[in-house]
Amino acid sequence: VENVRLLDRLSSRKAALGTLYLTATHVIFVENVSETRKETWVLHSQISSIEKQATTATGCPLLIRCKNFQVIQLVIPQERDCHDIYISLIRLARPVKYEELYCFSFNPKSDKEEREQGWKLVDLNEEYNRMGIPNNYWHISDVNRDYGVCDSYPTEVYVPKTATAHIIVGSSKFRSRRRFPALSYYCKDNNASICRSSQPLSGFSARCLEDEQMLQAIRKANPGSDFIYVVDTRPKLNAMANRAAGKGYENEDNYSNIKFQFIGIENIHVMRNSLQKMLEVCELKSPSMSDFLWGLENSGWLKHIKAIMDAGIFIAKAVAEEGVSVLVHCSDGWDRTAQVCSVASLLLDPYYRTMKGFMVLIEKDWVSFGHKFNHRYGNLDGDPKEISPVIDQFIECVWQLMEQFPCAFEFNERFLIHIQHHIYSCQFGNFLCNSQKERRELKIQERTYSLWAHLWKNRADYLNPLYRSDHSQTQGTLHPQMAPCNFLYKFWSGMYNRFEKGLHPRQSVTDYLMAVKEETQQLEEELEVLGERLANLQKSQSNDNKVKSKQQDRSKQLGLSTSNNNLANTPQEYCNDLKSFPSRSPSQGDEEDSALILTQDNLKSSDPDLSANSDQESGVEDLSCRSPSGGGCLPSEDSGKDSDEAVFLAV
Amino acid sequence: MEFAELIKTPRADNVVLHRPFYLAVEGTLCLTGHHLIFSSRRQDNAEELWLLHSNIDSIEKRFVGSLGTIIIKCKDLRIIQLDIPGMEECLNIASSIEALSTLDSVTLMYPFFYRPMFEIVEDGWRSFLPDQEFELLSSVTDEWRLSCINKEFSVCPSYPPVVIVPKSIDDEALRKVAMFRHGSRFPVLSYYHKKNGMVMMRSSQPLTGTNGRRCKEDEKLINATLRPGKRGYIIDTRSLNVAQQARAKGGGFEQEAHYPQWRRIHKCIERFNILQESLIKLVEACNDQSHNMDRWLSKLEASNWLTHIKEILTAACLAAQCIDREGASVLVHGTEGTDSTLQVTSLAQIILDPRCRTICGFESLVVREWLQAGHPFQQRCAQSAYSNSKQKWEAPVFLLFLDCVWQILRQFPCSFEFNEQFLIMLFEHAYASQFGTFLGNNENERSKLKLPQKTMSLWSWVNRSEELSKFQNPLFEANSLVIWPSVAPQSLQLWEGVFLRWNRPSKFLDEAHEEMINIIKYNKELQAKVNALRRQLAEMETDDRMQENL
Repeated sequence: VENVRLLDRLSSRKAALGTLYLTATHVIFVENVSETRKETWVLHSQISSIEKQATTATGCPLLIRCKNFQVIQLVIPQERDCHDIYISLIRLARPVKYEELYCFSFNPKSDKEEREQGWKLVDLNEEYNRMGIPNNYWHISDVNRDYGVCDSYPTEVYVPKTATAHIIVGSSKFRSRRRFPALSYYCKDNNASICRSSQPLSGFSARCLEDEQMLQAIRKANPGSDFIYVVDTRPKLNAMANRAAGKGYENEDNYSNIKFQFIGIENIHVMRNSLQKMLEVCELKSPSMSDFLWGLENSGWLKHIKAIMDAGIFIAKAVAEEGVSVLVHCSDGWDRTAQVCSVASLLLDPYYRTMKGFMVLIEKDWVSFGHKFNHRYGNLDGDPKEISPVIDQFIECVWQLMEQFPCAFEFNERFLIHIQHHIYSCQFGNFLCNSQKERRELKIQERTYSLWAHLWKNRADYLNPLYRSDHSQTQGTLHPQMAPCNFLYKFWSGMYNRFEKGLHPRQSVTDYLMAVKEETQQLEEELEVLGERLANLQKSQSNDNKVKSKQQDRSKQLGLSTSNNNLANTPQEYCNDLKSFPSRSPSQGDEEDSALILTQDNLKSSDPDLSANSDQESGVEDLSCRSPSGGGCLPSEDSGKDSDEAVFLAV
Repeated sequence: MEFAELIKTPRADNVVLHRPFYLAVEGTLCLTGHHLIFSSRRQDNAEELWLLHSNIDSIEKRFVGSLGTIIIKCKDLRIIQLDIPGMEECLNIASSIEALSTLDSVTLMYPFFYRPMFEIVEDGWRSFLPDQEFELLSSVTDEWRLSCINKEFSVCPSYPPVVIVPKSIDDEALRKVAMFRHGSRFPVLSYYHKKNGMVMMRSSQPLTGTNGRRCKEDEKLINATLRPGKRGYIIDTRSLNVAQQARAKGGGFEQEAHYPQWRRIHKCIERFNILQESLIKLVEACNDQSHNMDRWLSKLEASNWLTHIKEILTAACLAAQCIDREGASVLVHGTEGTDSTLQVTSLAQIILDPRCRTICGFESLVVREWLQAGHPFQQRCAQSAYSNSKQKWEAPVFLLFLDCVWQILRQFPCSFEFNEQFLIMLFEHAYASQFGTFLGNNENERSKLKLPQKTMSLWSWVNRSEELSKFQNPLFEANSLVIWPSVAPQSLQLWEGVFLRWNRPSKFLDEAHEEMINIIKYNKELQAKVNALRRQLAEMETDDRMQENL
């Protein structure tokens, strides 16, 4: 469709004229401006909602909201075209079969071997070995070999050695969806562990001997402690309501030596609505500070993030400081339980704060234990009530921790954002389906590629320049501050306003430091080469022109200027304020109003480079072809700055 | 007056000091004329705490049996608690601190007694003189002149002795304009934008009153800043309503009929007690130890602090936009032209002028646009967030300005030569200092107090390399461009460095900062090494070639 206008959300004046293409996998918008021909790519699987708005004189507006928080506003000249696009997108955005998903057609041009290697990058058996398991207390059980006991669990489950198959099966019958207690994390130093399960089917009075034996086995696997914590991550009221349905929570009297604890994290429906409310705040057009803060509070989002963090902190403290094992569950044990176990692991073990370790963590606590990716993130058309930003919240918890401990994580914010993007993109097979069983049946590993291999290949982009493996912050357990006044849980504009570049800091400290580090590395190499040459020269006193010219080439590549001056030199919409000001003081005379209109016209004509602000990078293109130092590394034309090249040439 | 009269108990032993995130320490408390000194004599961890009495904002006392407790709340927002055994000692100490921290006379303040322990390289009182500023200006334009009309502070008591005005306007006309402006603050040059020759002027409100008085000289003066056929903008920092109400009190705004070449834009920046209340509420929220996220957000919202930040920044961006993008001259004023006006003019300069983003340039900006421009520091900064005095003229105007600078710094972390610590340091010294820089309300008062002769300038201390190194931003790369900050709520944050400074452990953030410095230092070292080697190689190679040629 031609002559489509892409509107900039921040300002209705900035619209780009272009052509809209629909392909089997993407919506593509190409600008008409000939030099740039800027493209906006949106994967169908990223589309969360499409809204057709009332036709206006200029055309038919179409609003596309994406799961990665991009909002695209299009105006299509013909109503019929708009309707066709609308209908097609609705169908394309909600595939009914896994085979329709992008990952089955995505081919990054790597061979079969490479693909297999990619899938081997994260190996959970290796991970349990790293934790020190199997050992005297824990071993791998094959009780779930053919998914015979629990179809949402992996085939390989780690349980206490003393828990026989009989106990496990018995316990599984007493747990929702037969999700029996299994090991999530083991602390080598003090034998304390984190186990996870679903809620017991206790109703008002039911009990199960095997389940009680199972919990006892977990306690005995930690000889240093005479009790275990059982943490129910639900609000007490919810758990009590479940009793009426024959489910519920552990009765302390029936289990020997457990300490039972509720931690009130709300359910998926509350979280879905909370995110919805927060996104509405993000979408407000020129909100006041009060609108924003009030809306943020009203959404409750940060309160929920804090609840998840507090639960993780509680468990990490129990394991690290008290040396007590913890059993965590919620209702089914695949949402809140996954969040809380992974936050606790992240706090406890520095390994999970490395890039590789973080992949392992997601694979362990989310993918293998049957977090329902397909239902939660709506990959296939399904029940909208199943959709909830469960892993998004975990990813945000990690970001909040990164803000508090800037040196503790090997990866940077971009790493988190790209993982979030691909959980929804369905470009890689990792997060397909609802369980390991379904993935095996679909032969995901043979038919799709692994995200981890892709991220690992580009790991230079995702490094936190402040991370040093020998730094004190990287060691041991992290102890985050709890009170809002000690540590602020902040609104993450890098995620939720990800595509509104104008709102973000215009210069990135991370990118700057990454470029500096990259240059440092090149300098180190050059120093070595120069040292050798000097030695050779001194030895032979013969000159080597070839090497010299090579050196000069290299120094030319070293231009270092990360501050993105193009962006920096773009004013924001302060003129919006000019526009809105008459409405604020309606008592003004006509004369002033016309003055204001003049102002706007003037701004329009004198502001050609405002459009530079709308460079919304999007979609796969942005993610897959980012150079290590980012686009910002190119010395900007009008920066008038000496690049290092100049420095070098002057020498 | 002898300070000794006020100090009934100069010393108390076995006092216990409590601070957040530190273990309680036992030690000795001493009171001197200007300081509260606490020293612990623990072998392993001897430490001393020196607190200026002038830094103390409020003091509370409590008793449990004979053990007295004093809670001291400082203007830099720190709160400490001292447990003092003995009711009498405690009462004596509390009343002494109260008396010493609220001395009436400026000449009794510490700057008049402070003797520097460092060598003065450059006298800060002479670092930023108007003549130097004018010299810079006259190298690019000859349309302005330095007027000594206010030499004896006879025309405008809150202006410096010399001001920069359009060349075509003589002193006689200036005198008439002064009669027409509130507090005689006639329009003067604030900033000259070299890129396009546009200017920013500042003044106070015109005294039009209800019957629309006009002053031909005033019109002529501000029209003299316009290019032929060009328009200018008047940015009034009050809402239209407030401006209209001001007419009843003899004030007002420029009427369109008399200033046809100017377009007036009203921006609403709050003043005085509204700002002070906002600060008090914000600090209260920041000190709330509850673990409840919702309460925190609603308290933050209710304080309105970030709303003020957004308003001020928006007005400053607008002024900058008019100058840089519209190519128009701008006049900024509110009522007196000593508060919101200065916030707008100084922030606009930070956006427009790369020089103001250097350490020296920023100091010069503070001197020009705040000290010499007559921001009444002594009145505004007499008390901070914990005071109960509620005087009408107390207001965190300067702190809001620094906060806005921090917001821009956060958005452009590589464009400023100074770091956050520099801004925090200025905040501290504006409220309590051993230096005379921020004493007095204007140049007139400062000259009467003979501050340059009797006290030390803050700049003399800051501008030594030992101190400067603490305030330098390792990420700084000179950026010659105009920088446009975002004023969207998502882009504005609470300035934790000031407001959560004493409530959060800073270890991890400090470590991150250190790591940053190390990364950059190592890079610079390598660069130097590589360059040295290159030079050496090049020399050897030319030697070789010469030998070959021979």
